[in-house]
Amino acid sequence: MSIPPDDTDITTAGTSSAATRLLGTLAVVGVAWLVAFGLLFSPADRDQRESVRIMYVHVPSAWLAYLAFIVTAGASALYLFRAAHSLAWDRLAGASAEVGVVFMGITLLTGMLWGRLSWGVFWTWDARLTTTAFLFVTYVGYLAVRRLGGTHQQRARRSAAVALLGVLEIPLVHFSVRLWRNLHQESTVARPDGDVKMDGLMLFSLVVGLVAFTLLYVWLVIHRQRALVLEDAAEDHGLEQALSDRRAEAALPGGR
Amino acid sequence: MEDAGFIIGSYVVTFGVIGAYAVAMLTRARRLARRVADEDKPWT
Repeated sequence: MSIPPDDTDITTAGTSSAATRLLGTLAVVGVAWLVAFGLLFSPADRDQRESVRIMYVHVPSAWLAYLAFIVTAGASALYLFRAAHSLAWDRLAGASAEVGVVFMGITLLTGMLWGRLSWGVFWTWDARLTTTAFLFVTYVGYLAVRRLGGTHQQRARRSAAVALLGVLEIPLVHFSVRLWRNLHQESTVARPDGDVKMDGLMLFSLVVGLVAFTLLYVWLVIHRQRALVLEDAAEDHGLEQALSDRRAEAALPGGR
Repeated sequence: MEDAGFIIGSYVVTFGVIGAYAVAMLTRARRLARRVADEDKPWT
């Protein structure tokens, strides 16, 4: 990364490009479809009644959080095990984890609202809820580890190790509904026997939610990854500036 | 709609959290972009 001299071109374009603007537009259209189908066009469920509408945001946010943490682990492995140790993989891992934490937080919040309607309580120490909360806290910890300081390479190495351990919790969360007796229902779509137990329009609404959330995830990760490039460049710039000031101070008569 | 407060609330929470996160991130990125040369922004 280089220090921008006074005559260097600096635009304030931020992290946008033509591709991200197109992606952002598609994500907004997807969200509009999701709201229309989730709240208006899809029918109420026989058992869950109107509360099934919360599923169209709750389930995609949970799936995208899983995906985000798997991408974090994959990018961390590529950083650690490839000879180049490229920081681009580390930034992708960090960006995906942060977006994953946002989606996991939404999963917990919408799950609490659904739980209040279905079970009469916002929270219970059920296996699925507890393991999900534990996964959320693990990745908040991962983000804290990224901020511990040191060089960019040190940050990348230690956070990659945490990411490769953290991802092992995902199967535990996913299979918790089968491993332990609990309140949370089993999967309706991703069933081992492949039998999808959903009405066509309800399944369509869920797929719209999944597509809209995937577009949002990709858009957010691209922006966050670019913001991390800027953060690293600004940090390097600040460090080089401080060293240069210190050298100038030492060169003065009586300087140490 | 039965339980409309909880159901609409879940959509407001979802898109409110994502929107707030996106705005905070883009604002910070725009501020940082002023301090970094364009040659370090391959997407521009």
